[in-house]
Amino acid sequence: MKKLIVSYSPHIHGGGSISRCMWNVVIAMLPALAVAIWTFGLPALSVCLVSICACLLTEWAINRFMFHRPFTLSNGSALITGILLAFNLPSILPWWMVTIGAVVAIGIGKMSFGGLGSNIWNPALVGRVFLLLSFPAAMTTWPTGIDSGFEGVVAATGASAPASASDASTGATLLTHLNSAHGTPSLSDYNLLDMSIGHMNGSLGEVGGIAILIGLAYLLLTRTITWHIPVSVIASAALFSWAFGGNPVLDIFAGGLLLGAVFMATDYVTSPMTPKGQLIFGFMIGFITIIIRRYGAYPEGMSFAILLMNSFVPLINRYCRPSIFGEKERRAMA
Amino acid sequence: MMRTFKKGGIHPSENKLTAGKPILDLPLPGELRIMLAQSIGAPARPVVKPGDVVTVGQMIAEATGFVSAPVHSPVNGTVKKLEPTRTPQGIWQDSIVLVPDADNPFDSSLQPRSEEEIGHLSPAEIISIVADAGIVGLGGATFPTRVKLSVPEGKRATTVIINGAECEPYLTCDEALMNVEADNILKGALLIMRATGATEVIVGIEHNKPDSIAAMSRAAERYPEIRVEALRTRYPQGGEKQLIYALTGRVVPCGALPVETGCIVDNVATAYAIYDAVYNRHPLTHRLMTVSGEGLTSPGNFRVANGTPLSSLIDFAGGMPEEAGKVIAGGPMMGRAVSTLEATATKGLSGLVVIPESQARRKPAGPCIRCARCVAACPMGLEPYLFMLQAENQVWEGMSEHGVMNCMECGCCSYTCPSSRPLLDYIRLGKQELRKKK
Repeated sequence: MKKLIVSYSPHIHGGGSISRCMWNVVIAMLPALAVAIWTFGLPALSVCLVSICACLLTEWAINRFMFHRPFTLSNGSALITGILLAFNLPSILPWWMVTIGAVVAIGIGKMSFGGLGSNIWNPALVGRVFLLLSFPAAMTTWPTGIDSGFEGVVAATGASAPASASDASTGATLLTHLNSAHGTPSLSDYNLLDMSIGHMNGSLGEVGGIAILIGLAYLLLTRTITWHIPVSVIASAALFSWAFGGNPVLDIFAGGLLLGAVFMATDYVTSPMTPKGQLIFGFMIGFITIIIRRYGAYPEGMSFAILLMNSFVPLINRYCRPSIFGEKERRAMA
Repeated sequence: MMRTFKKGGIHPSENKLTAGKPILDLPLPGELRIMLAQSIGAPARPVVKPGDVVTVGQMIAEATGFVSAPVHSPVNGTVKKLEPTRTPQGIWQDSIVLVPDADNPFDSSLQPRSEEEIGHLSPAEIISIVADAGIVGLGGATFPTRVKLSVPEGKRATTVIINGAECEPYLTCDEALMNVEADNILKGALLIMRATGATEVIVGIEHNKPDSIAAMSRAAERYPEIRVEALRTRYPQGGEKQLIYALTGRVVPCGALPVETGCIVDNVATAYAIYDAVYNRHPLTHRLMTVSGEGLTSPGNFRVANGTPLSSLIDFAGGMPEEAGKVIAGGPMMGRAVSTLEATATKGLSGLVVIPESQARRKPAGPCIRCARCVAACPMGLEPYLFMLQAENQVWEGMSEHGVMNCMECGCCSYTCPSSRPLLDYIRLGKQELRKKK
């Protein structure tokens, strides 16, 4: 008789895998990627490819030559970092800067902590902030003439907006205006339709609000993430935008808020473990983002807000533990 | 919205391949090897010796304490010898080997009790019949039922909960029993009610068993004290604390017994066994088992005599499939892997599930990515990911502070982990270390 295999229960597994989660995120990012390429053209694609290749290569090299660990690229996590980093860069950033960003993102942001699962901060944002501090000019230089060819759309929709941000001033995004105007803009100055379909200036991945929301719907439907973080980030940003006299709709669609709320703050490794913790985490990200946008030196605060809150995740996990079923009743009995 | 439990839980593929299949009597093997340790607590002590002639229902080993249960002969036959037999996990334990009569193994002179006699039984008498019949919890825990029915001093039972959830994939023996013995299960439930002084009975059945819900509801129409409740299919609904919450909204305090909430929970098969013992004077010698799995040619629900070798069960279900890699005693979520088919059927065995070799091995574990699925899936509100890290670093006290002893080992965490981490293995390790220290 042949030998039977023995092991402890449970004897079945749900079939989920890290690579399935990661590939779902990659699929969810595709609409935003398409909008980026549509808006910025081929340079956007090349930034993406450089970033992805540099991320994969860095992870492979560190695994191979420093950790002596088996191949880990197939789980897709380095691919996500590559795409996310590109999403956070202007389309005209030189390729070598993109490469530096990618090496920092994977090398320092992820592998220096021990690889997937061990990092404290979102790797892509570590890469982006490194670039922002190292090359402030290049990181805030946006392509000009994004609007050309789309006036027809604006006219056809009967929108009365004078122009979107990039028309008024090259090298600035809508948020630059919001920041310098100190909370006085109104919706009539900006065309929400333009903003939501990618017809505005900014980093690669942040321009297509609707595309990001489609990605969010996909992530929620496939149960890759839960609603807590994206909803709390968006709701809290809207709340504080309104409280500080801004326009909530503008603040949500401008800059990297949606991109961050859907793809960056929801990173498993660097976000809290319980729904309650996730709500606090998201709420604080929205709050900090608006504070930085209104009162900070930078026009955009999403990256800093997420990185700052990433640092608080262990603390949040400590104080937002799930409640043990029956614990309250035990105390009541005692 | 159908009722269910509060926290966590999963919905694995149900794979109830044997749902709706009739109950078949398993043919008697040439010899029965009846284990002495068939319940939680002390093993029974043999009261027969080799050469003795025994009859159906005769006690062959007696209880050795309050938490212990006697064992009875399922057949007319002869005691061949007393010798160890291997358990499904391969451990040698004492057993009684019986050779059934070739001619009339089941002839019996046991006379049913009259309705009148049953009506006059006191709670203490019912409990003593249950104790003498060797009845243990048939949901798999094998806790002697007489202990459960003896409500502790100072506590009061109000509600009897009959567990027909059968939330484990593959298993259908409770369903099969409810479909054909609905009225007798309820008679058993009413006896539990009388024995414990409770005033109502609630039967909980997951809604993936519509036939059972219909049969039990129809039978319950005659009894105003009994209510049948359909529950949303979700694992581990059959867990005592989960079922109590689903049916009554009451929460069992950590570390306390269910009776703290006034609830006494018993499996449908246990209720039936109580009926059989009280009405027909039949001690617990047979039970229903599901033998299932993708490779089997004739899986089914079988009525099996205590002491039947597991190999006979597999043979009756069509023989061991070529591709079989693992046999599970019980359901795939909480059952235990079988290492030898020489082992025999016991009171606590709810079935065998054969798993093909391709699914019998675990995937290699990856790193924890803190996706929080184990936390979301834990029906007790624990943090399995943290327990594993603590166990790896031998921080036993930390595990205790985070409530690891509340874990009921349902396996939802390991099931749901995308990194295939053996979370429950490490939780067990921690619990074991903490028990050692006490």
